[in-house]
Amino acid sequence: MNQPVIGVLAVQGDVREHLRALESVGAKAVPVRRASELAQVQGMVLPGGESTTMDKLLRIFELQAPMRERIAGGMPVYGSCAGMILLADRIMDGQVDQQTLGGLDITVRRNAFGRQVDSFEENLPFAVLRDGEEHPYRAIFIRAPWVEAVGPSVDVLASVTTGPAAGRVVAVRQGVLLATSFHPEMTGDDRVHEYFADMVRRRAG
Amino acid sequence: MTEEAQVGTARVKRGMAEMLKGGVIMDVVTAEQAKIAEDAGAVAVMALERVPADIRAQGGVSRASDPDMIDRIIAQVSIPVMAKARIGHFVEAQVLQSLGVDYVDESEVLTPADYANHIDKWEFTVPFVCGATNLGEALRRITEGAAMIRSKGEAGTGDVSNATTHMRQIRQQIRHLQNLPEDELYVAAKELQAPYELVKEVAQLGKLPVVLFTAGGIATPADAAMMMQLGAEGVFVGSGIFKSGNPAQRAEAIVKATTFYDDPDVIAKVSRGLGEAMVGINVDDVPVGHRLAERGW
Repeated sequence: MNQPVIGVLAVQGDVREHLRALESVGAKAVPVRRASELAQVQGMVLPGGESTTMDKLLRIFELQAPMRERIAGGMPVYGSCAGMILLADRIMDGQVDQQTLGGLDITVRRNAFGRQVDSFEENLPFAVLRDGEEHPYRAIFIRAPWVEAVGPSVDVLASVTTGPAAGRVVAVRQGVLLATSFHPEMTGDDRVHEYFADMVRRRAG
Repeated sequence: MTEEAQVGTARVKRGMAEMLKGGVIMDVVTAEQAKIAEDAGAVAVMALERVPADIRAQGGVSRASDPDMIDRIIAQVSIPVMAKARIGHFVEAQVLQSLGVDYVDESEVLTPADYANHIDKWEFTVPFVCGATNLGEALRRITEGAAMIRSKGEAGTGDVSNATTHMRQIRQQIRHLQNLPEDELYVAAKELQAPYELVKEVAQLGKLPVVLFTAGGIATPADAAMMMQLGAEGVFVGSGIFKSGNPAQRAEAIVKATTFYDDPDVIAKVSRGLGEAMVGINVDDVPVGHRLAERGW
């Protein structure tokens, strides 16, 4: 299966950038706002955006339960920034009643790096990517979360290397679930999407 | 190998606006209103002293908000907090940055502080959003460092007609550029009073290089959905929520209509039982000297 069909959750956030990145790595990318659309895809991307808004819209438009079912059923999912929060089993500094889809055995801290004036970009060692050993990944963090704790079956793929947050985990994978604190869809360097599309291709066989 | 981290880059500033797309940003004047907005699903709140409808009614000079009020709103909500500075008032903007607001709106809704120059927005780490009535104005603001543009509309009226005009105007001028042969882009830049490189970029992209929201007069879910169908990437709602009969319910309805802007069944459903919309005034009844959209150039 050369061209996997990958959905991008399109209730709010930078949907278009993810659609572009997925198309550029050879996937067929479709926006998903309804359960009927979710049923058509082999993998999902949860984009950047406001996690509290996305959580509410997922519940209001009855996507939360079908998404949880697909995740439990082994669908590959990649979450960037707000998407990482949606995928996490546990959340810190969320809104009082904020829910996640869950699936990824991590604790994520929302807005961990601070406010917008603290948002930054930095080169990250990201070895599992193509040429990842030689070419670091330029990562853009926007009011980003970080991973506070990981469960035993979670692999840490990348961590911040400089500044006061050095050592903080910002990219993880557990089985077919992938998450980054930063926004690969904004850089034009599509290696993270390439890595995820390969996960979907392998899963679909 | 690893370089130092950089804050305040164009990508980080413009990227923040990308994360707000498809969302609703709501004007709030108290921490309680900010909480209502957050609970309704707002992607951000805009902290200001008086909503535009009250500024219009009460008159006087309108300025950036009291720092204590902004602090209370920042403490109340976990979503991004924006705040307004007067056009050209770079010190109000410095203060807002120091308070930790996430976006500064250099806004015609407040009384301008400089009738010649806008703020040099490149000097700041915090990103800026600016209003525009047409493409040339939008590109001049981007040249000065704006990382997000919103149509101006006519704030505080509940009359969406100016927002419609401005959105149509910006989109029509972009389509016009796309259809021009390359050798005519030089004159187009002159006519738009905008830098050639930026004009060329817009002609190639078919869109602004930053996110384009709408603002000014949006009062109903259908208003928000119409602006989205006209090409807005998200919506600012000012007086329309907290000057209406049932702010919490109206706020949530506008959020839903903005996500499903192209689905009339959803818009119909969320438009039921909202109570009174803000009363509003026709833009035509606003004396020319009192029209906010004409501030800025």
